[in-house]
Amino acid sequence: MIESLLPILAGTLAAATPLIFAGLGELVVERSGVINLGVEGMMLIGAIAGFAGAAQTGYGAAIGLPLGALAGAAASMIFAFFALSLAANQAACGLALTIFGVGLSAFVGQHYVSYSLPGLQPLAIPLLSDIPLVGPVLFRQDWVVYLSLFSFAGVAWTLSKTRLGLLLKAVGESPEAAHAIGYPVLGIRYGAVAFGGAMAGIAGAYLSTVYTPLWVQNMSAGRGWIAVALVVFATWKPGRLMLGAYLFGAVTILQFHAQGLGISVPVQLLAALPYAATVVVLVLISRDRKLLQLNLPASLGKTFLP
Amino acid sequence: MNTSAPRLQLLHITKRYPSVVANADISLSVQPGEIHAILGENGAGKSTLMKIIYGAVKADEGEMLWDGRQVAITNPAQARRLGIGMVFQHFSLFETLNVVENIALVLDEPFDLAALARRVTEVSERYGLPLDPFRPVHSLSVGERQRVEIVRCLLQNPRLLILDEPTSVLTPQAVLKLFETLRQLAAEGVSILYISHKLHEIQALCDSATIMRGGRVTGQAIPKDETPASLARMMIGRELPQCVAPVYTGERRPVLEIRSLSRPTDDPFGTALHDISLTVHAGEIVGIAGISGNGQAELLAALSGEAPGARNAVCIDGAPVGHLNAGQRRRQGLVFVPEERLGRGAVPALPLTHNALLTGHPQGMKRWGLVRYARARAFAEECIRRFDVRCGGPEAVARSLSGGNLQKFIVGREIMLQPRVMIVAQPTWGVDVGAAAFLRQTLLDLSRTGVAILVISEELEELFEISDRIAVLAAGRLSPAEAKAATNAESVGLRMSGLFTPPTEASAPASASSSSTESSHASA
Repeated sequence: MIESLLPILAGTLAAATPLIFAGLGELVVERSGVINLGVEGMMLIGAIAGFAGAAQTGYGAAIGLPLGALAGAAASMIFAFFALSLAANQAACGLALTIFGVGLSAFVGQHYVSYSLPGLQPLAIPLLSDIPLVGPVLFRQDWVVYLSLFSFAGVAWTLSKTRLGLLLKAVGESPEAAHAIGYPVLGIRYGAVAFGGAMAGIAGAYLSTVYTPLWVQNMSAGRGWIAVALVVFATWKPGRLMLGAYLFGAVTILQFHAQGLGISVPVQLLAALPYAATVVVLVLISRDRKLLQLNLPASLGKTFLP
Repeated sequence: MNTSAPRLQLLHITKRYPSVVANADISLSVQPGEIHAILGENGAGKSTLMKIIYGAVKADEGEMLWDGRQVAITNPAQARRLGIGMVFQHFSLFETLNVVENIALVLDEPFDLAALARRVTEVSERYGLPLDPFRPVHSLSVGERQRVEIVRCLLQNPRLLILDEPTSVLTPQAVLKLFETLRQLAAEGVSILYISHKLHEIQALCDSATIMRGGRVTGQAIPKDETPASLARMMIGRELPQCVAPVYTGERRPVLEIRSLSRPTDDPFGTALHDISLTVHAGEIVGIAGISGNGQAELLAALSGEAPGARNAVCIDGAPVGHLNAGQRRRQGLVFVPEERLGRGAVPALPLTHNALLTGHPQGMKRWGLVRYARARAFAEECIRRFDVRCGGPEAVARSLSGGNLQKFIVGREIMLQPRVMIVAQPTWGVDVGAAAFLRQTLLDLSRTGVAILVISEELEELFEISDRIAVLAAGRLSPAEAKAATNAESVGLRMSGLFTPPTEASAPASASSSSTESSHASA
């Protein structure tokens, strides 16, 4: 029985990884008071850029991920220019970026439709991976999964323990006050948006070069939107975001197994399950209005020009 | 007073904005250890001048000398390095961060919160400004927030401290405390620029004064040698207008009754209301003093009908209206003038005609569900004429009016609805002296026609000028309303700090003492 659970647990980690990257990125963006709804678009742009790089060079994820990050960050700069420098409506700019990303990735991806990549071998961590049961699940993953855990630790530590994290929170709460005491509000927000774009790009590249190493149009399949929702429901706290991502990952893998067992439920319903389950659970745990209000970056979505 | 170079000298500073010259040819100088007042009305250009000194705004012309050497300050960080500290009128604090985090953000030094917390405690004790470094700012009272701002400046060892209207949020006792701190700083050689429009404060504190009006310097004075009247003449260009309160001769019957109004709050930054009772009679003005954030917003929402509650908690002429919404209460003869003129009292982008419609529509401005614009326009025109609203006519958009004129329009609009009860929040906030006097007189005259008026204000002087009785709202509790003759600013100030016995518990002596200590704790 336990033996049959292990692949599910191992799969959960991998399935959650793109959400962790995209969600952590968006969390940093929103902490600075900016809401970028272009995550889905940036993921797709990162996915095709990473896939193309990996396919052309043959280096796989080692080149795909950095390229995806670059492409995601570059795409986010389009958003930043309109939403920050020109103070246009952030929701509209983000939606436009998503639409642009879907179209651009499909266009560039035409040439890669029949390609597939080798994928990544799991990286077993010596000693730890030999622990019975838990070892193979936690410590025999591909290196990107480990990278996602380091990213979480880095973001959580930066937000809670460093001056940069404090500054990000301050800008998100009151850009006016931050400007009055002499901080470059727009510069900080540009930095946050670029980080968010790079993380979304990595998430996309992980999907296309590691998770399902082949190019499919629209392959992010709404994970960018789930990442945006995760950030809000996680009340802008990295730890809760991780919980939400693993929940999504677990239900994703479970429904695959359910499909395999031939349970007589339409496949479409099963495929929708991770999205529905994640949203429902997160809504339930974030019902507390006080919690939301205390953590909500007060200037979220409001334009600011110095 | 001193032969060495002045700490700060401004020469011919000019700053133009597209529609207005904010500062024209301003020159002044401040010596080390001098407390120098910048006296002027709202809109005289004081705040712009201070922002130029602090590097937040760039002057178009003129030069600035610091210790005798010419400097060009281009941003606040540079100003801080020179030794200029500024305490803002609207605090530049972050509510979700704690005290020491807020302070760490302005200091250019290694990030070590524990060490900084020790220094905060040390400095705050030395200057009598007690602070807990780890309290989140949203849980602090306004006075405590100001302490944070001051301590934040002091940690940078400033040589010039700028305070922009620092007492507008303080109780009279806290003002005295602040003055002690400032004198101690001046004695240590710190120069202080003290911006205010309150004459008696400047006379009590400052060594010298520069008086501004309409963006220009209209006088230099030694405040102690002047009278309030002579300072006022320099500040507003004429005598300080006085209000007259006629005697009300009509029947004194209760009109607005608030009965044991309690209201929890689900806003983490809000204040719960505890057992508030108050009666306002026909022909009187009752003032509610207190510092914003002590339940003012919650009480106003409960009275206006924006937050309906228990049926019997609010009554008009004996009829319960506590459960009604704002529109229904207006039909019962209640009108409400909110604190925020733009966005709540009026729609900024709409012309006055449309703004008249907002609350005046029952006055025959609609027929079969359609708007009769001619009626609305006539209403707006009459309001402009009767209440001396200086504007470009009924088609001028609300945003284009000065604060005083827009307030005259809003108050006038509500008066023309012939109310039985009027509730006004901060009637003269940010309004020039002339318009403020007009508004106060208008409220006095209205009350003497038999209307019950409730005024909530932070300006004690204003309340003493127009109110018949004064109550204090502190930490969500309301003190009993006392006749103006039976109280004074000092006792009201004490009650603003929460040192009173809530009225309903006064009859039960056993619990009275415990609850009064509790409320003083809440505000301490």
